[in-house]
Amino acid sequence: MYDKKIIIPILAVIVVVLTYPIWSLFGKGAAAPELDLNTPEIQALAEKECIEDTEFMRSNHMELLNEWRIKSVREGTNVYVASDGQEYEMSLQNTCLSCHSNKENFCDSCHSYAEVNPDCWDCHVGGEL
Amino acid sequence: MGVGFSLLMIVLLVLIPFLGVYAGLEYVLGVVFPYLAFSIFIIGILYRIICWGRSPVPFRIPTTCGQQKSHDWIKADPVENPTTAFGVILRMVKELFFFRSLFRNNKVKITEKGHIAYIWEKWLWLAAILFHWSFFIIIIRHLRLFTPKTPWLVSFFERMDGFFGFGMYSFYFTDLLVVIGLAYLLIRRLVIPMVRYVSLAADYFVLFLIMGIAFSGILMKYFVRADVAGVKELAMSLVAFKPVVPVDIGSIFYIHLFLVCALLAYFPFSKLMHGPGLLLSPTRNMANTNRMKRHINPWNYPVKVHTYEEYEEEFGKVMQAAGLPLDKQS
Repeated sequence: MYDKKIIIPILAVIVVVLTYPIWSLFGKGAAAPELDLNTPEIQALAEKECIEDTEFMRSNHMELLNEWRIKSVREGTNVYVASDGQEYEMSLQNTCLSCHSNKENFCDSCHSYAEVNPDCWDCHVGGEL
Repeated sequence: MGVGFSLLMIVLLVLIPFLGVYAGLEYVLGVVFPYLAFSIFIIGILYRIICWGRSPVPFRIPTTCGQQKSHDWIKADPVENPTTAFGVILRMVKELFFFRSLFRNNKVKITEKGHIAYIWEKWLWLAAILFHWSFFIIIIRHLRLFTPKTPWLVSFFERMDGFFGFGMYSFYFTDLLVVIGLAYLLIRRLVIPMVRYVSLAADYFVLFLIMGIAFSGILMKYFVRADVAGVKELAMSLVAFKPVVPVDIGSIFYIHLFLVCALLAYFPFSKLMHGPGLLLSPTRNMANTNRMKRHINPWNYPVKVHTYEEYEEEFGKVMQAAGLPLDKQS
């Protein structure tokens, strides 16, 4: 091989950069966070279920909250009818956080794991008032 | 022909993961294929580069476009016509990051009077820049799924890129730019007759494949949500070599992942090697020192020579007897 002195160092650098996630993680665990559903409010519930099913909430809660935000702030409607017909108040503070009162162990655990920075908390306090 | 064939291939590539999720093959799609594709990608590129490195380039063949270094009173262009390693590096940086030679692209036209005119044509360069830089930033952004603590550079790119997001709508500018770039590169092949004539299935296939990746990603980001925490769990477990497949990430994610795997595995065999190949192009990576330095052919072997002095020594007497003139008068 010609020009080994140039090609091999450049290749080495590129391979190190490409495999950066592998060696940055070396020896460290990478388990996904477990959602903490153990709040006094949830424990007190007779039926432990969210307004929609878990799978939907996991992937679509941000869409739902966005819809709530537009409806309640701009259009003045305040009632969310869930797919099972039950009605809820469209409020992050009064509906979501009334059960999930543990923002640090619920919202933040996934958000900081997946590096998502929603701007909910620019205005909302989170947790108990 | 090329367009139809490539489109058909992309449809097949989308159908495989779509049906795979139905058949419960998440482990194959989420673990086996990514590992396989990444191995093919790394080993394939190393193999191609070593092959290139083994081919001798006995003569300096840089294509230059500036004044060569000669007399002191003629102003030379040390970057466009480099004579030093530093000049070559500067030239390569321009080429690699700003596509210098594509910027020279122009259109030739014969005017009504029969003169040749060179027309300003930077759209191809612009589309290429838009596409490559957007794609690069998008790849950097994806690092947040592969690292436990996102490096500051990644967060920085993400914040800059998400600048136009408002309220709770996130919007990445590069998602738009990459589609614009790709669309131009495709439309150009379809519309300009000369370019269409030289376009083959291999050209369309890569464009459609990257478009498929972009569209599935955009779809997943803005319309059909996938569970991000699950995606990150899978990505991190792959990186840690302890693969875990979380349930119910959504088939859109597997389509996106499978198309990326197809791109990675196809990369070393395709025209996409123009990226690594750029650094190894003899017309770009050589200093123009043809006559300034002596360059010895790398495959020269020691040749047994018989000089005239030795010849005269051997046959001197015979030559003298025949009356031939000799160099050495003894």
